Amino acid sequence: MEKEFTYPEPASLEADRLGEKMILNIGPSHPATHGVLRMKLELDGDLITRADPIVGQLHRGQEKMAENLTYNQFIPFTDRLDYLAPLCNNIAFVQCVEKIAGIGVTERCKAVRVICCELSRIASHLVGIAAYGMDAGSWTVFMYCFTQREKLCTLFEQLTGARMTTSYARVGGLARDIPEGWLGNVNSFANQFLPALDEIDALITRNKIFIDRTAGIGVVSPEQAMQWGLTGANLRGSGVASDLRKDVPYLGYENYEFDVPIGVNGDCYDRWLVRIEEMRQSIRIVRQAIEKMPDGPVNVADPRISLPKKEKVLRDMEDLINNFVLVTQGPDIPAGDAYFEAENPKGALGFYIVSKGGGVPYRVKIRAPSFVSLSAMQEILPGHHMSDMAVILGSFDFVLGECDR
Amino acid sequence: MQTVSDICVFASVQPLDWSAAALDVAVKVLCSLGAIMLVMCFAGLSVVAERKVCAYIQGRYGPNRTAIPVVAAVPLIGNFLKKNGLMQLVADGLKFLLKEDPLPAHVGKFWYLAAPLMSLSPVLIAACVIPFGAYWSDGQLCPLSAADIDVSLVFALAVSALGVYGAIMAGWSSNSKFPYMGAMRASAQVISYELTMGLSVLPVVMWVAHSSESPLSLFEIAKAQGGLWFCIVQPLSALLFLVAMFAETNRLPFDMAESETDLVSGYHTEYGSFKFGLFFVGEYGHMVLGSSLFIVLFLGGWNPFPGVVWPESWGWAGALLSLLTFIVKIAAMLFLFIWVRWTLPRFRYDQVMRLGWKVLLPLALANFAAYLVFMSF
Repeated sequence: MEKEFTYPEPASLEADRLGEKMILNIGPSHPATHGVLRMKLELDGDLITRADPIVGQLHRGQEKMAENLTYNQFIPFTDRLDYLAPLCNNIAFVQCVEKIAGIGVTERCKAVRVICCELSRIASHLVGIAAYGMDAGSWTVFMYCFTQREKLCTLFEQLTGARMTTSYARVGGLARDIPEGWLGNVNSFANQFLPALDEIDALITRNKIFIDRTAGIGVVSPEQAMQWGLTGANLRGSGVASDLRKDVPYLGYENYEFDVPIGVNGDCYDRWLVRIEEMRQSIRIVRQAIEKMPDGPVNVADPRISLPKKEKVLRDMEDLINNFVLVTQGPDIPAGDAYFEAENPKGALGFYIVSKGGGVPYRVKIRAPSFVSLSAMQEILPGHHMSDMAVILGSFDFVLGECDR
Repeated sequence: MQTVSDICVFASVQPLDWSAAALDVAVKVLCSLGAIMLVMCFAGLSVVAERKVCAYIQGRYGPNRTAIPVVAAVPLIGNFLKKNGLMQLVADGLKFLLKEDPLPAHVGKFWYLAAPLMSLSPVLIAACVIPFGAYWSDGQLCPLSAADIDVSLVFALAVSALGVYGAIMAGWSSNSKFPYMGAMRASAQVISYELTMGLSVLPVVMWVAHSSESPLSLFEIAKAQGGLWFCIVQPLSALLFLVAMFAETNRLPFDMAESETDLVSGYHTEYGSFKFGLFFVGEYGHMVLGSSLFIVLFLGGWNPFPGVVWPESWGWAGALLSLLTFIVKIAAMLFLFIWVRWTLPRFRYDQVMRLGWKVLLPLALANFAAYLVFMSF
């Protein structure tokens, strides 16, 4: 006789049947979760005994959508990955495509991309520490950071026409060259940013309450960090000097002078310090890039990759056809596959693209650093107070758009 | 000064003269209303002040758009009120009043509805014993307060501490996890810091006991500060009381009861519209009350400067000036509250408890003991 199937009671999943432990759902709409994350916490009094991050509320099937879009059409989708650093995502994606096709972009394009990446890193870290400060209860830090980010958004708007959904990079170059006077604006931003950052630093970094809240909390040892696959500032906060810009230089990062800050204890406080210092280093890189900005075109001179000039399209039949083919069928990328990882603000954002030739990828796999950071929460959160959860989540600085893709 | 019992005795001897008794009661009621109005006005204004000061700290403008059509058209005043966000106050109040007032199905209805009242009413009751100023009557200094009782200090501390029952009732009756945790934290925190608060006041009371027959009266304590203020004489007591007061009023860095990053908004998570408004006003009223107590105990009450008092000969002008001094001091204290809130991060719950029991309480005890030793020599 067939055994009758019964659904397990929810409570029977727990080891503890005395009712001493409490299940608390944080999110998907909760101030601590920075997006649509749901944390299922098991609490013993105020201590977390188990934590399950439940992700996927923001899943849009980006990897599948990529299979039906030309390479350049997918760039707006990369804006929506880590929506706090869209320029970095744009550039990481096209770098991967260029790797398959073996396209070497022009020097000017590289320099502009470096500036974009570093400004984006600052913008993302600003939001990161702003939300982190707010998690620790400091609203003023939040507003100070957002004041600075506002200026960055204005710069992005001047450059790309959009504040957040920039879609600026193109396979083999950029959507357009930098506007006149933009580098001067970047420079004046950099000049006023460092004192402002010092002010943010002075306001909270040496604050006794803040140190009490963050030091020794959410400790990740270097071995754990590498085992769990953490990357970016979270890995460096644990004391591993790993930065893709130094280890596997791309975009000519080897020509720039900058330091890679690392933490000592791997706690929340170290991750804070690393992010603050990385912004200073980014300004250093931006200044060097502005100083030696080369002249010349930003797009490669390959008609199978780059769009022809608009004036020519309106005059010449050949260029009109070329433009039509490139826009409708996409840049002609040879068959092959490549994996490219870029050092993004949230960590190493990787794209694995398989091409079977033509303008549409056969498969795109996105390696999202936020997903990896979040998956470590199961290990990190237990044993901490419930109030520490907000600080730990803040210190890992993840974005759900990227995690859920 | 006549009290209500005096009136009764008076009335029983001469049962015909009811009009005098009625007049006296009416005066008392008006005085109480005055005290309540003072606290409520400050509570309302401090909401606007909070928004404006925090905007100033953070490099923003704060509310400066809300306008009431007719009032905003008045040439100078209208623009002034609009720019300073004072009409925002009206808009906020109206919003609380006019919003839909839902009653969640899962709450314990009686306690759920009683909690906002329980949160606000102790503040208003305690406000009646605060001497907001002083006037000269028949050669005697009398307090400008609704009720002048001998043990007003104990009364004010006891009644204002009842406000935490509002948090507990709200948290328990909401039948929801975040309010429950907020209520637990609020009660534990208030009980812990109450001890420090009480102990830090004792040296002041003992000091006043030298010169006065009723040292537990707030009026007598303020009167004793005609010379040096107690924040100068006993700085440690003042500091301990100030810290305990921040904890009692659930303000940052001690806002465990409603730490919005982990508890959404703590014990009043399930409340909306006017019931939330009552909690809100109660919280700010608590700040006003705490500031008033601190001013009376340590900042010289209505006296303008240490060693300076408003002279007897100024009559009613002196009384008005004393009230004005007190109001200015309350405003300064509220600014301090706001300033601290928008500068400091928040403690963790266990750190608050550790600070209360392991640092502040021993300090308060040591302060008290040191004062005892000092007195006996």
